[in-house]
Amino acid sequence: MREKVVRWEVVLLLLCGAVFAFGSSGTPGFADAGNIAFLLQDFAEVALLAMALLPIVLTGEIDLSVASILGFCSALIGVLWDAGVPFETIVPLALVAGAVLGSVNAALVVWFGLPALAVTIGTLGLYRGLAYGVLGDGAVTGFPENYRPFATDAIPGTFLPYTMIPVLLVGLLAALVVHHTPVGRSLYAIGLGEQTARFSGIRVHRVKFALFVVSGVLCAVASLIYTLRYNSARADNAAGMELIAVTAVLLGGVSIFGGRGTVLGVASALLLMAGLRNVLFLDDVTNEVQNVINGLLLIVSVLVPVAANTLRGRRRPRLG
Amino acid sequence: MSPVLQLRDVSKSFQAVRALRGVSLSLHPGEVHALAGENGAGKSTVVRIIGGEHRPDAGELLLDGEPARFSSPRDARQRGVAVIHQEPVQFPDLSVAENVFMGRQPLRRGRRIDRREMHRRAAELFDRLGVPLDPTRPTRGLSIADQQIIEIAKALSADARVIVMDEPTAALSAVEAQRLFRVARGLAGRGAALLFISHRLEEMYQLCDRVTVLRDGALVSTDPMAEVPHDELVRRMVGRSVEQLYPERRADVGEPRLVVEGLTRVGVFRDISFTVRRGEVVGLAGLVGSGRTEVARAVFGVDGRDAGTVSVDGVALPAGDPRAAIDRGVALVPEDRREQGLVLELSIERNASLARLRDVSPGWITRRARERALARRWGERLSLKAGRLTDPAATLSGGNQQKVVLGKWLATEPSVLIVDEPTRGIDIGTKVEVHALLSRLAADGLAVLLISSELPEVLGMADRVLVMHEGRITAELPAADATEESVMRAATGGGA
Repeated sequence: MREKVVRWEVVLLLLCGAVFAFGSSGTPGFADAGNIAFLLQDFAEVALLAMALLPIVLTGEIDLSVASILGFCSALIGVLWDAGVPFETIVPLALVAGAVLGSVNAALVVWFGLPALAVTIGTLGLYRGLAYGVLGDGAVTGFPENYRPFATDAIPGTFLPYTMIPVLLVGLLAALVVHHTPVGRSLYAIGLGEQTARFSGIRVHRVKFALFVVSGVLCAVASLIYTLRYNSARADNAAGMELIAVTAVLLGGVSIFGGRGTVLGVASALLLMAGLRNVLFLDDVTNEVQNVINGLLLIVSVLVPVAANTLRGRRRPRLG
Repeated sequence: MSPVLQLRDVSKSFQAVRALRGVSLSLHPGEVHALAGENGAGKSTVVRIIGGEHRPDAGELLLDGEPARFSSPRDARQRGVAVIHQEPVQFPDLSVAENVFMGRQPLRRGRRIDRREMHRRAAELFDRLGVPLDPTRPTRGLSIADQQIIEIAKALSADARVIVMDEPTAALSAVEAQRLFRVARGLAGRGAALLFISHRLEEMYQLCDRVTVLRDGALVSTDPMAEVPHDELVRRMVGRSVEQLYPERRADVGEPRLVVEGLTRVGVFRDISFTVRRGEVVGLAGLVGSGRTEVARAVFGVDGRDAGTVSVDGVALPAGDPRAAIDRGVALVPEDRREQGLVLELSIERNASLARLRDVSPGWITRRARERALARRWGERLSLKAGRLTDPAATLSGGNQQKVVLGKWLATEPSVLIVDEPTRGIDIGTKVEVHALLSRLAADGLAVLLISSELPEVLGMADRVLVMHEGRITAELPAADATEESVMRAATGGGA
């Protein structure tokens, strides 16, 4: 007998539908193509950070330094641009910087066996501090007009912003890797039984190391989009965005204890949160209230699976 | 004397599975009662009903002749029914006494815990049990045997009159098991009713007064232990007669496949050298803690090594790299199947493919169909009894879980198979199957290294027996010279 549990992804998509229906009927301007484009664009960076976090959380680890890596890379982009380095050179440098910061996290977690939560809370502060060290309090603006449209404009002939391309690419790649490759299988195995994974020949350390590095690179990509979109490189760019990304991951049904969750779930959660934020924004709800809602979502998303598990656990038969 | 606890015509189903069908059982004060049956016979369900984890669908549970309903394990404990599990769960950083009195600590004024009184009472309990345990030391680092004693003390401190021991000896050495039996007899002598579950029939004959046999969830018989001969007991459990526990073997030994030379891990084992040849089953015996398992881990690469070499078919293995070992044809069926062999929450088929993900993923895309075919093939070959291959491995009985682990490793088509306690906690039927399988694999040209705490198993299966004592190999005995005495002598440091 199959347990009749509605999949969490379905719940999220229904909620998405509800938010968008409410928005289109009750909030003037919501359903405009321009607004939808803005809504999608506004969540591009969060989506990239969430996709960076997803595989890490699946293995039972976490990376809270994502927004700080974004911030540092943004500051670095600003300094280099200010110094007259051509933007074509800045792009790879930013990606390398992201990879390096990710490797530092990886080394601390994997080689020294430190808890990722503590390590990345530390580097959350550290990288943000380095960002200020590099750029100071100021802002660098005036990024090249031939690149900025990629972060701000729509793909010609559609209302979809260019930034949807990297986001969709990363999302599809994540779905492919997580759900259809040996690496993906390894992530779940590590999250649910690290010892067994090791005994099965999965190179647990190597996998985790790679995940933190990839996370750093994705944060760098996000920093490029962010910097060009606002035409502003600042040390405090995207401060606090890690909480939104973590909320999206957990709301998406990924277990904070590892081993459970899907890309579709996280994608649905991102869409839901983007829609919700946009509706609240258009309805002139203040930032503080939005933060409260975000915090509540985070708690609910951790509570729901625990509660569901408890109920399911009571019904699970054990024979023998 | 009238029974303390009775099950009367108890039935219990889990969804479509009928775990128990009209089972009756009575436990009398002063008696040790054996519950025998294969995995899946319903023993665990009986334990869970008596222990208050499950409630019967039909029939009743009587306590002192009165119908009783336990609302929870806690409720059952409070009414004098305690279950001692195979591997107790305790708080490792709390003291022994704190674990014994958890939730029922003696209090002083102001609801503060009275430590001195608690330690005194704990010491008194251990005294009564005849086991010298220090109540003030932390539980961390205690053997499973000692942890069980703590559980028993906990039961005693709550005035338990019915004590259920669910496979308590599965992880114990022979000496520890004997101590447990002394304790059990002492408890019965003071009027407790004991229900004892074990896969080792010898132990039942040693300890128990009566035996109840279950098969497929139904009651087969209840008789005084002494009136049921060994063969008859097995026949009742399996429903057919088991001719022999160990297959007839004729070793056709070829060239060396696994060669270990001077393997050393400082402080754990040193200078371990041995060879396992094609077609050979080599037994690795020794007491728990002698370093057997650690040697296997180092050979396989889960642990590193400080000196020495390991080679398979003439090719050296790098240290500390299980993946490389697997690729060179080494498979390790580990000692702890729940923590090292399986990912319990993953499905059977995903567990089965875990050690050869690359092979079910041509072009780096994992094909579910291939994965399923692999699981089905090995499931059939090992006659795995499972509902659906998409069910979590946790839903299987111990014996079937072990089959999944075996299948997972055989699917890697190994040339060297290391099995560590391959039949721990599994039923006789499956045990016979596993032995026959190992024997067949050796005949097919595998080199098999068998680690086991059960001497009869080592003696019955191995062509050669290596004995370890305190991190060294102290004897190498050809099957003809290996007896329980000679192996035990070497295992306890007496030399061969």
